[in-house]
Amino acid sequence: MAKQPTRVIVNGKAHARIVESRLTLADFLRHELGLTGTHLGCEHGVCGACTVLVDGRTARSCLMFAVQAHGCEVTTVEGLTPDGALSPLQQAFMDNHGLQCGFCTPGILVTLTELLRENPHPTEQDVREALTGNLCRCTGYAGIVKAALDAAQRMRETREP
Amino acid sequence: MGAKHFGARVKRLEDPALLSGRGRFVDDVKLPGTLHACFVRSPYAHARLKAIDAKPALALPGVHGVFAADDLPGPMRREPMAMLTPNPSIAAPRTQHVLARDEICYVGQTVAVVVADSRYIAEDAAAAVAVDYETLEAVGDCRDAIAESSPRTHSDLASNVAATFRLTYGDVDAVFASAAHVFEEEIWQHRGGGMAIETRAVLASHDPVSDMLTVWSATQTPHIGRRMLADLLGRELEAIRMIAPDVGGGFGPKAIFYPEEAVIPGLALKLGRPVKWIEDRREHFLCATQERDQYWDVAIAVDAEAKILGVRGRLLHDSGAFLPWGIIMPYIAAATVPGPYVVPAYQIDTIVALTNKVPTTPVRGAGRPQAVFAMERLLDRVAGELQLDRAEVRRRNFIKPEQMPYEVGLVFRDGKPLIYDSGDYPAGQDAALAQADYDGFRERQRAALEQGRFIGIGIGNYVEGTGLGPFEGVTVRVLPSGKVAVATGATSQGQGTRTTLAQIVAEHVGCRIDDIVMTVGDTAAIAQGVGAFASRQAVNAGSSALLAGQAVRGQLIALAARVLGVDPGDVDLEDGNAIAATGNKPMISFGELARLAQGIPGVSLPEGQAAGLEHTAYYTPSQAAYCSGTHVAEVEVDAMTGGVQILRYTVAHDSGRVINPLIVDGQVQGGVAHGIGNALLEWMQYDDNGQPLTTSFADYLLPMATDVPTCAITHVETVNPLNPLGAKGAGEGGAIPGPAAIIAAIEDALSPFGVHFAETPLTPERIVAALRAAGAYERLFAA
Repeated sequence: MAKQPTRVIVNGKAHARIVESRLTLADFLRHELGLTGTHLGCEHGVCGACTVLVDGRTARSCLMFAVQAHGCEVTTVEGLTPDGALSPLQQAFMDNHGLQCGFCTPGILVTLTELLRENPHPTEQDVREALTGNLCRCTGYAGIVKAALDAAQRMRETREP
Repeated sequence: MGAKHFGARVKRLEDPALLSGRGRFVDDVKLPGTLHACFVRSPYAHARLKAIDAKPALALPGVHGVFAADDLPGPMRREPMAMLTPNPSIAAPRTQHVLARDEICYVGQTVAVVVADSRYIAEDAAAAVAVDYETLEAVGDCRDAIAESSPRTHSDLASNVAATFRLTYGDVDAVFASAAHVFEEEIWQHRGGGMAIETRAVLASHDPVSDMLTVWSATQTPHIGRRMLADLLGRELEAIRMIAPDVGGGFGPKAIFYPEEAVIPGLALKLGRPVKWIEDRREHFLCATQERDQYWDVAIAVDAEAKILGVRGRLLHDSGAFLPWGIIMPYIAAATVPGPYVVPAYQIDTIVALTNKVPTTPVRGAGRPQAVFAMERLLDRVAGELQLDRAEVRRRNFIKPEQMPYEVGLVFRDGKPLIYDSGDYPAGQDAALAQADYDGFRERQRAALEQGRFIGIGIGNYVEGTGLGPFEGVTVRVLPSGKVAVATGATSQGQGTRTTLAQIVAEHVGCRIDDIVMTVGDTAAIAQGVGAFASRQAVNAGSSALLAGQAVRGQLIALAARVLGVDPGDVDLEDGNAIAATGNKPMISFGELARLAQGIPGVSLPEGQAAGLEHTAYYTPSQAAYCSGTHVAEVEVDAMTGGVQILRYTVAHDSGRVINPLIVDGQVQGGVAHGIGNALLEWMQYDDNGQPLTTSFADYLLPMATDVPTCAITHVETVNPLNPLGAKGAGEGGAIPGPAAIIAAIEDALSPFGVHFAETPLTPERIVAALRAAGAYERLFAA
């Protein structure tokens, strides 16, 4: 199988690897870099569990090859997590029971990170529409929606004291 | 004892790791030298396996081997897997071989397995294995399967009828002959799959030094899995450790023991290296068990006042090609129909049909949603025909709280008489109707209709047998560090099992929740275990946690009293310390007590002192715990597109004493989402030859965030008198009455056109077809 050198900045750290051209970005993150927080639920771009930020925009890491991320900055759930603590969004998920099995959760946190960055005042409908790219089988979404709105408020309060 | 944990909205102990990417699911476990497997699966629903040519696959670099049934170690080479829930009604007790030996009976059945350096190479190689099949005639529809002329699902069987049984009581013929009214319904229901977002996954590793075979599996039932694996490998139970680490959703299909869970450990033994298999989503659609079609022909007999006199009918259940869990879904379905109502006479004849499709086993609700749908559709029909309010018809027929315990007259799937332990069904419905503003709905509907909008309301009531046996265990042990170790055979796929059990133990032992070290889903942690299904863990493991916690509490108090020189009655346990209530209130920590409880080498323990501070309890329920509830759905239907929007969804739920409302509300809301999927979206389709047609999330639709409203949930607590917690199950109830309430609401919304629905899923195409047949569009365009 053809191999290519790939340089990617993941969660602020530069990585250079020679990888098979067909290696997905998800498998690269999980198995080459050991960042197993990014999960694979369908491997055909519907469930959204593998969502990461590529140069700040959400992307399905199951539908992207690692070599396509050459020269890009990638952020995973590990990169959204402060050292030894939870981010306001993560804390809001814990407080509002926004997760059950936790398998879809990393992708959802990444999706909502993008939403809250671009829209600090989302309505419930904004949150629900943003989440249509992520499937959750456990929660029925109520706790997730509540957590997102709660996090938006907490983040506004820290920004605008 | 204070109520600081039990009944409180305690935040989950599971969350910090899962939120920060530190969860440990099977595919996150990395062992050096791991090989990766990919299965060769049948593309045909019915075929004879003639020959396997592995040479093209073996020629690929990085391939370590291609294995068929004869290459496997142990009895599984020849013996099929065991049936977990046998039943004397089963005439054709078919279960499958872990790799096909001769006849193949569904698309996706495991034929061979490839092992390679990576999953990528294994998949290439699996595609290169050439298999010679002789195709056989297949049957895909269970209605066709029971015809004499049908092709046989298994060529050596005389009939595709795997089982028939009758559940009955009362004089059904007499009440139907004399009833004022009899109404009949033909109902089709489909359940689809569990569709956990984490697919199935197995990793196995054999340590030649200890001869221990360790298996990580994304399973709901590691203790059962270990037992099955021991039989299939011919290996001692004690030489196998099965671990269910973090598991990404279960919903029933992961309670089953699958061929891959035997083959992968077998290969790890054979090859002397760890072997991993991660199912992909397409395989999950093909091979993870489902619940599928049931066809009901049912009739209800009522008197002139709409009081039920009897229910009778026939249930045809599609079991797929094998019966790994016997016939429990159709059995539960047939026993769940009477529900919260007084039904004086009852008879359901069930036919279980084999078809050339993947087997069916329980999916969240397990036969109950279908039963509730049948009963509630019949009651809606009664209301419509007699021009009565739907809630009023139900009110007239409820079992009253003063009739508890109520004996229905059937035997439930636990083998015990179906006796409802407790419940207040009228109060539950009243609470849901009040919360849903049912009384104001007709005015809302009239106002909407004036704007050309079609809104409707529907009700679904249910009683659910939960908390099934045989048992579940909990060990509580105080550690020298002062922490409290808790181990259980219960498992967690998102239910918050760790948190719930920690709450109970902390309450009874008198320690901080944060000081509990919990092990779930590991056969090495506790000798006996059963696992997650039938909404059973809070009742079974929860009761064991209480009993073990109380026993250790007694040990702590007895030892502390002796050490502190006070009466046992004067010792309090709080936050990990034993504190005397008398004198200058001396205290001693749990850690020091744990060290003392180890004794001094060679010195006899004082009279009455047990070794260590430790107790294991196995709670064995005497019968099921019957939870209940009412759902009310308010929907809007777009008559032009057939699109349905759920405007408002209300739940009144009785799961007995609630241990953690945060978790129970989450279970109910999640169940409702599953019910919405069943009602409107989820349909695993096959053609007449048993070829699956919906094998991706683009074809098979799961509910999205825009499909599921946030429910208003009310808890109606009637304490279960049969277990020490007073609890009933909560995991599945949310999924059970949803289809009944939603389909009723759609029918109500479209009542100006007089359309009738008795099927799920009710897709937009089917709604439009019904409206067209009713002449709705002529009227709408004329208006």
